[in-house]
Parts: sequence; C-alpha cells; structure tokens
Amino acid sequence: MNSKKMPPRSDMKADTAEQQRSGLNREIQAKIGQQLRAMYDDVVQEGVPERFANLLKRLDKPADEGKS
Amino acid sequence: MKLDPALRDQILAAVPSLRAFAISLSGNVDRADDLVQETMLRALANIHSFQPGTNMSAWLFTILRNLFRSEYRKRRREVEDADGSFAESLKSHPEQLGRVEFQEFRAALAQLPAEQREALILVGASGFSYEEAADICDCAVGTIKSRVNRARSRLAKLLAIDNPDDFGPDHATRAVLMGHDN
Repeated sequence: MNSKKMPPRSDMKADTAEQQRSGLNREIQAKIGQQLRAMYDDVVQEGVPERFANLLKRLDKPADEGKS
Repeated sequence: MKLDPALRDQILAAVPSLRAFAISLSGNVDRADDLVQETMLRALANIHSFQPGTNMSAWLFTILRNLFRSEYRKRRREVEDADGSFAESLKSHPEQLGRVEFQEFRAALAQLPAEQREALILVGASGFSYEEAADICDCAVGTIKSRVNRARSRLAKLLAIDNPDDFGPDHATRAVLMGHDN
C-alpha cells in the first residue's frame, strides 16, 4: 500500500494535559502503539488469501464470457 | 468486466491491510473476510467512480468502513446492547480473537466504542494521516484526534487495571503497566 507514512509529530500536541503529566503514561502509550501495530502486522503478513486472488480472477473477465 | 491491470494490482496490494482492519473492527476472522469480499465486490462494481492517481487503499478502506458501520447499525437495532454483546461473545469464544499473544489486546480493543476503535486503528496501525482517517470516517480532523486520544486513554486503563499480568511481552512492560518499579 502507498500510505505507510506516520502522522507528523506535531500532532502530539493534541495529547491531553493528563496524558503529558507523566513519563509513565508515555511508556504505556508507547507499549499500546507497539502492541496495536504488532497485532495488525501479524494479519498483514498473511498476505492475500487465495480466496481473494481467485475472486478477482473470476470477476476480471469480459462480461459476456461463458454466456454463449 | 475487464479491469485495468494497474487497478487490479492496487486492489490486491490493499487486501492484507484491509483484512487487518476488518479483523480489528469486527473481532472475528470469518466476518472480517466476508467484509473484505463484499468490499471488493462493491469496489469492482463502482470502479468507474475511482479517480486514478488517488489513494486506492483509502478508497477501499472507506467502502469497508461504511459496510461495517451499516451492518453494525442493523445489529444495533436487533440487539440493544451491541457493544456489550460483542464483548460478551468474545469472552465466551476467545478463539475468535486469533493468536493467543494478541487476545488480551483484542479483547480490550473490543470494549472501545466502534468510532474510537476505527480511529485508533486507522491512525495507529494502518498508517493513515489524521486527514486521511477523517476522510475515511467522514468527520472532522479534530474529531479523529479526540477519538484517537480517548481510545488510547481507555485502552491504557483497560489493560493496566484488568489483567496486567497477561499484558505485554516481558516483565518490564508489566511493571510499567502496574505503575511501580520492577
């Protein structure tokens, strides 16, 4: 995919004062971010299941094919 | 129909990430794959409305997100406590959550309101900018930012309080989450 870029760091300003209060909170947020990406990438790494490759192949045909 | 090979390649390239998004939204692999299939069918049926040169991935995510939300709204009418029943079903059937090491995290994710969950995943895992996520969710950038922040705070509470011993790959993580030094 072509949108791997991360949001700009300046967006961190949007964090609430509560979140900025302690380094502990930042540690927790970093761990949550890591866990979220690990969980997500675990699925991404499975690639394209055959089911979907076949679906595209089946649909990607001239409309009248197989009708006559 | 005959699909432009470049478009077909872009759709295929987006499938792995679409699946990850769908699984994170629905908490169920089978349902997620049905969502991805429905998304591909819709995309192919409406491929003429895709503007070449724009972000195919964002376009497909928008379709999938809208499909999920309309299905979610339908279920909500049938079952009043949609969020609660979802979380309950995950509790009684943890195998729906996939690999063991992520079950704790997925269960916590499932307890977030759908709008916070989708915002957090789009920005924190799919790699979309706040602006792209706002387009996908059809809301303001500021709304996405506040949803992501609320999702992060809520997750921190859920994971730290509920079951700190099961979260995180190592002792240091648990110590941090439990709020004391080693």
